Amino acid sequence: MITAGVDVGSLTGKSLILKDNEILSWSLIPTGPDSSETAKETMDKTLKDAGLSLDDIDYLVSTGYGRVVVPFSDKNITEITCHAKGAHWFFPTVHLILDMGGQDCKGIRCDETGKVTNFAMNDKCAAGAGRSMEIMSELLETPLNEMGTSSLDIKKRLAPLSSTCVVFARSEVLGYLHEGTHKNDILAGACEALADRVYTLLKRVGIEGDFVISGGIAKNVGVVKRIEEKVGLKANICFEPQIVGALGAAVFAREILEKKAKRKKKRPR
Amino acid sequence: MITAGIDVGSLATKAVLLNEEKIISHEVLGTGIDIEEAVRKAMDQALDNAGISFEDVGSIVCTGAGKKKSPYESEEATEVMCDARGVLHLYPKVKGVIDIGGENCRVVKFDHEGNVIDFALNDKCASGTGIFLDAMAKALRVKPEEMGALSLQSTQDIEVTSMCAVFAESEVVSMIHRKMPKYDILKGIHKSIASRIYGLANRILLEGELVVVGGIAKNIGLVTILKELMNSELIVPEEPEIIGALGAALLAGERKG
Repeated sequence: MITAGVDVGSLTGKSLILKDNEILSWSLIPTGPDSSETAKETMDKTLKDAGLSLDDIDYLVSTGYGRVVVPFSDKNITEITCHAKGAHWFFPTVHLILDMGGQDCKGIRCDETGKVTNFAMNDKCAAGAGRSMEIMSELLETPLNEMGTSSLDIKKRLAPLSSTCVVFARSEVLGYLHEGTHKNDILAGACEALADRVYTLLKRVGIEGDFVISGGIAKNVGVVKRIEEKVGLKANICFEPQIVGALGAAVFAREILEKKAKRKKKRPR
Repeated sequence: MITAGIDVGSLATKAVLLNEEKIISHEVLGTGIDIEEAVRKAMDQALDNAGISFEDVGSIVCTGAGKKKSPYESEEATEVMCDARGVLHLYPKVKGVIDIGGENCRVVKFDHEGNVIDFALNDKCASGTGIFLDAMAKALRVKPEEMGALSLQSTQDIEVTSMCAVFAESEVVSMIHRKMPKYDILKGIHKSIASRIYGLANRILLEGELVVVGGIAKNIGLVTILKELMNSELIVPEEPEIIGALGAALLAGERKG
């Protein structure tokens, strides 16, 4: 049985192919202006890597904010449900998930089967989302993938950036640079501020049990470390934290097919 | 007696000189990074405009976000108080003011003597402030001062759903990609800001005849929508930016007298 999941996020499109319970291939591409085009592109890439064509996929579930415009999807499921499912696949004991993408941040609680029991979300304000780190990366001329390590190599510990709004934080950072503050110290302040916001969000759903971080932010060790300190839990992170939603979608696709097969068995014609 | 009021805003610094409560000159300059320098420049320019020297000024009051960095021996007054005082001086019957500045938005309710009854403030989020409009102007490649008039040419309603300036920027860019008319996008942007300000005004039950001040009051597109939304008569003074500085200069006279 071959199933697939496509996760069209605000900044990145992800897709993944599952053969029974084994990951065959996956891909990540930046989201373009046309979400259905993005879905097609990432899926084509993933199919090519697996040496398959779209006809070989038995069932496909789409998720992410662009899930309704994926032209070849059999069903769409919300990203919160899919993230819990994907996190549970990687770490079966998980009860608390933080998923931070480009334009939103979710705190999710799930039961031992990976089913969502509660969640809290910020999709209104860039200050608590990955986009804030991208803006800091541009401003401080530090590549996104180096921000985390740079933020741990500091000379002086600053207070977390005090501006809530990213637009205002920009001026705050420029002020620091003007004073000659080292950019790593400022990066640390930015990571600290983001971790603070995450902590508040997670508190709303309850902090306990095994903890997973997914989404692009999981790749920023500076933010992850500070979140771990605040919540007092070790974060489990899989080998590619950005595909957790797409994986969850593919797992759902498989379960849907299995249910259908069972129903057929029960009522033979 | 000649008194001076200086309003050190996040984006612009304003100075007003009064002689016996009559405006003799005013000046508006960009604040920039060096606040002390901006205050000195605005003051010198205002003195120049009036043809008087610094020694002629009997008393100075500073207000605005940067009021603590004034290089002069001056007193301080809150922005809320200065707004109320400045508006009341020009419009003795009005009981409320909406101040839309570069990095914040403020609504103030006061009595006939200028005593503040209530106020609400947004200084945490760029949405509903001038810097939000600046960011959108940049995305649409129009001049900030032209946005208002252009938006009045809109023929259809579209909605900008993002509240956050950062997200709204991406939303607007995708609207441009989809070839939506500039005028309609501009109107959508103004509607989004107006609803934020309306929400703030509602928190203190602001109603009746109101005055809109601050740099953004010059944006006719925004004021038009705000008028419809609030169902109130909104007055925009000829120089909406200097009302806070005017209030400060009036307070300078009162405190000295």
